[in-house]
Amino acid sequence: MSATDPKQLASTIVRDDEAQLVSAAKAGDAAAFEELVNRYERKIFRLGMNITQNREDAEDVMQDAFLKAFKNLDRFQGDSRFYTWLVRIAVNEALMKLRKRRPNQVSLDEPLTEEDNSVFREIEDWGPSPEQKFAQTELNEILTQVIGELDPIFRVVFLLRDVEGISTEETAQIVGISVAAVKSRLLRARLKLRQKLNKYFRRSETQ
Amino acid sequence: MNCKKVILELTSYLDGVLDAGVRIDLEQHLARCKDCRVVVDTTRKTIQIFCNSEPVPLPDDVRERLHTALLERFRRNSKTT
Repeated sequence: MSATDPKQLASTIVRDDEAQLVSAAKAGDAAAFEELVNRYERKIFRLGMNITQNREDAEDVMQDAFLKAFKNLDRFQGDSRFYTWLVRIAVNEALMKLRKRRPNQVSLDEPLTEEDNSVFREIEDWGPSPEQKFAQTELNEILTQVIGELDPIFRVVFLLRDVEGISTEETAQIVGISVAAVKSRLLRARLKLRQKLNKYFRRSETQ
Repeated sequence: MNCKKVILELTSYLDGVLDAGVRIDLEQHLARCKDCRVVVDTTRKTIQIFCNSEPVPLPDDVRERLHTALLERFRRNSKTT
């Protein structure tokens, strides 16, 4: 699929105009669809890795998401960004993988009734640049581990909002929950991650 | 404002979407409550650390398999149309 040089394509299609690329792809322009793939493949792979915590699953998620997007391109109405639509497909694929692995543990409809009163249990400052206590590889391992410990209902919302930078409203659409539920899950996800990172980053932690 | 209310408003505060009046109340509370200051600060750092983390690299072989699968789909599609 390397016949089309993305740089060459950029000269004919305005690079930042996603809508134009989508229209061209809809009209059967394979190079335009490939440009969309080039643009988002890394992000979709990262999202798949972060949700499934498994490289093979992440590869399947990415491949299936792009193939489904291509197959269903005609159904894409353009009322949301192409990237948001693609993320929705990828999130569904990733959650299906998790459900297959742990069928009774993954539900995004789970009501949130438990009140988290543990916020003030561990209050310790981390200092100005706590991440500098660790080498990059070690830090990546810590982040992968703590995000993997998070329940999927919190993990997905945190990843979409805080890592992918998708808006609260778009996250609600993608996950199929209300804006209020996104906010509530995001709060809990952030607090849980803070608590999990506390043992690595607190000032008193010796290396 | 009390500590519990600070936690309830934490996400909106960190996202910068809190109403001005509530934000002022919250910041006044933070000025006198060290525990809440630490929670707000460390939660903000939690988000920053994840945002600044190195993106997972897309391995060459994984990318190649994706593009091969797509090319195959394009070819099949163009044969049928």
